Amino acid sequence: MMNYIWSGIIILSIIYALFSGGTAAVSDSVFEGCKSALALIAATAGMMVFWSGVMKVADKSGITKAVARIFSPVFKKFMPEHCNDKEICNAVSMNISANLLGLGNAATPLGLEAMRLMKAKTGGNEASNSMVIFVVLNTASIQLVPTTVAVLRSENGSTDPMGIIVNVWLCSAAALIVGITMAKILEKSKPSSRRLSR
Amino acid sequence: MNIGIYVIPCVLLIILLTALIKRVAVFESFLEGARAGIGSVFKIAPSIIGLVCAVTMLRSSGLLDAVISLLSPVLEPLGFPAELTPLALVRPVSGSGALAVLDDIYRSFGADSFIGKAASVMMGSTETTFYAIAVYYGSVGISKTRHTVPSALMADFTGMAAAVLSVRLLG
Repeated sequence: MMNYIWSGIIILSIIYALFSGGTAAVSDSVFEGCKSALALIAATAGMMVFWSGVMKVADKSGITKAVARIFSPVFKKFMPEHCNDKEICNAVSMNISANLLGLGNAATPLGLEAMRLMKAKTGGNEASNSMVIFVVLNTASIQLVPTTVAVLRSENGSTDPMGIIVNVWLCSAAALIVGITMAKILEKSKPSSRRLSR
Repeated sequence: MNIGIYVIPCVLLIILLTALIKRVAVFESFLEGARAGIGSVFKIAPSIIGLVCAVTMLRSSGLLDAVISLLSPVLEPLGFPAELTPLALVRPVSGSGALAVLDDIYRSFGADSFIGKAASVMMGSTETTFYAIAVYYGSVGISKTRHTVPSALMADFTGMAAAVLSVRLLG
């Protein structure tokens, strides 16, 4: 997919510029683009390194586990098929907790482990209702501190880089509620083709 | 009151105090995590460079503005600024791509402009949906994803519409 998007953007830009007389601008923009790419990486790199360091400290202090414990009753409600399985519940809560703290590197392996455990119970090549809820949770942004956005804003001269945080929280919550509600509604109209072994 | 300025200091305080009480080797743990962070910076750098260059070419060729002015009459009556469509289209597909488009929006309109703020909220409240779906289901060999894609896209759509609305209402 990215193969076509990337090459498509460049090819169409060049063709459009050839016809509209903007060839010089496009040629210059290659140099300019590389420069701003490095500026973007430099701006975000420091924050990414600092924040993953801080979050490792949080993880080792047991904060990820504590947050996971707070959330696990919620998952029992949303993912009833697996409510009795401690191992699944734990992997799911740890994944969500890591996502909340912005520990992307830690969240994915935990999430894949949760998927593996759920698949071991249900089998087949079809997603269970709980798997859908879990994946929808992971396609929603539930990170508490949007560090990358904030640092990019600051780099681009924002006077209040974190000023958008309340908006981000509200919009993330709205997206999450709609996603889960949709999944719950649609799971009835698209029933699983097999019965789940409990 | 501006909550934003308290978030990072409070998070840092809570984490460091908890770590000291639990007698965690704070600085060593920090370095361990930071080292992993350097790794992810190197991992995404090539795709950032490739995509920022492509997006800059798209902007300077005039094609992006042409497409935006084509879409404006359709989207403006709905209250959705056409300038945000590139971000809305790229966001679910590619994280680095979205970052490149966001950076381009900041450079073209300013980070504190209405467009800049709405783009910030859009970026912060949505995820790389298709990538996550592919990784999570791909890892366990599930091909029938049932209602995952419509639910996740509905969530993205809500996040994006809410982003524009929230910046209109709250500033």
